[in-house]
Amino acid sequence: MREYDEQQLGRLIGMLPPAPEAWVRAAQELPAARRGLDQLVARAEADAAFRASVLADLESALQAEGVEPQPRVVDELRRLLADN
Amino acid sequence: MEAPGDHGEAAARRSELTAAAVTDAALVARCRTGDDAAWRELVDRFSRYVYAIAIQGFRLSQQDAEDVFQEVFARVYERLDSLREDEAVRPWIAQLTRRLCIDRLRAGARESDADIDELPELPAEDDLTALEEAFDVHEAMAELPESCRQILDRFYARDESYRTIGDNLGLPAGTIASRISRCLDKLRDSFEGRKPPPAPSGEQVT
Repeated sequence: MREYDEQQLGRLIGMLPPAPEAWVRAAQELPAARRGLDQLVARAEADAAFRASVLADLESALQAEGVEPQPRVVDELRRLLADN
Repeated sequence: MEAPGDHGEAAARRSELTAAAVTDAALVARCRTGDDAAWRELVDRFSRYVYAIAIQGFRLSQQDAEDVFQEVFARVYERLDSLREDEAVRPWIAQLTRRLCIDRLRAGARESDADIDELPELPAEDDLTALEEAFDVHEAMAELPESCRQILDRFYARDESYRTIGDNLGLPAGTIASRISRCLDKLRDSFEGRKPPPAPSGEQVT
């Protein structure tokens, strides 16, 4: 078993600083965002008028669904709607 | 005491889960059932690791590192069912992160009209091995009392001064150095008694 002195342990602790808070939060909210997207897309598939309103304002549609409209999520919604 | 950049709720959840010593495999199993709290904990557990591989290992820009970071967790979320051995989640995430970093470097080289056959500079294996070791140390830290975790993380990983640490933790600044030393002693005992992490096998990443 290798032995570690204080300096080595301190250096190793310092090698893993926290990731930016916003990045972590966005990743943590992924399941909720996916659920929100799925619901929006399902409703848009069934309702042409709703689909048009979502496409007209993707950010607001996401917010109404309780999903933070981060650029990645907005892009994903746009892609999903284009595919359907 | 809440660390800067932490959510109070997340910190509380982390300490709960840390106290329960939730293994990687148990966490993965809970994520598969759609447990959002387990997913948040999984992201929290591996976020520093993914970030360090991208920023320190592959020296990506912040923008590229953020893209890789989000893509790693998106793929982990989507493909958790393809992981053959739940305890291998860490090497799986490491491999995924490395692959996405390399893709990002290659894309950058193409955009800059560099010779696309020429691989961008990749990190030395020793650098990535050191990050593995650093992760092991952080796992050992999780077994220490909260006061020690806080003080070591703030001083070494968040680069806070004795004064800042003292102010945030309500401790005299003059006692911080000796507390750090005592906590490092505990960490050494915890770390040197740990078994090595699982080898990078049992993965099925596409």
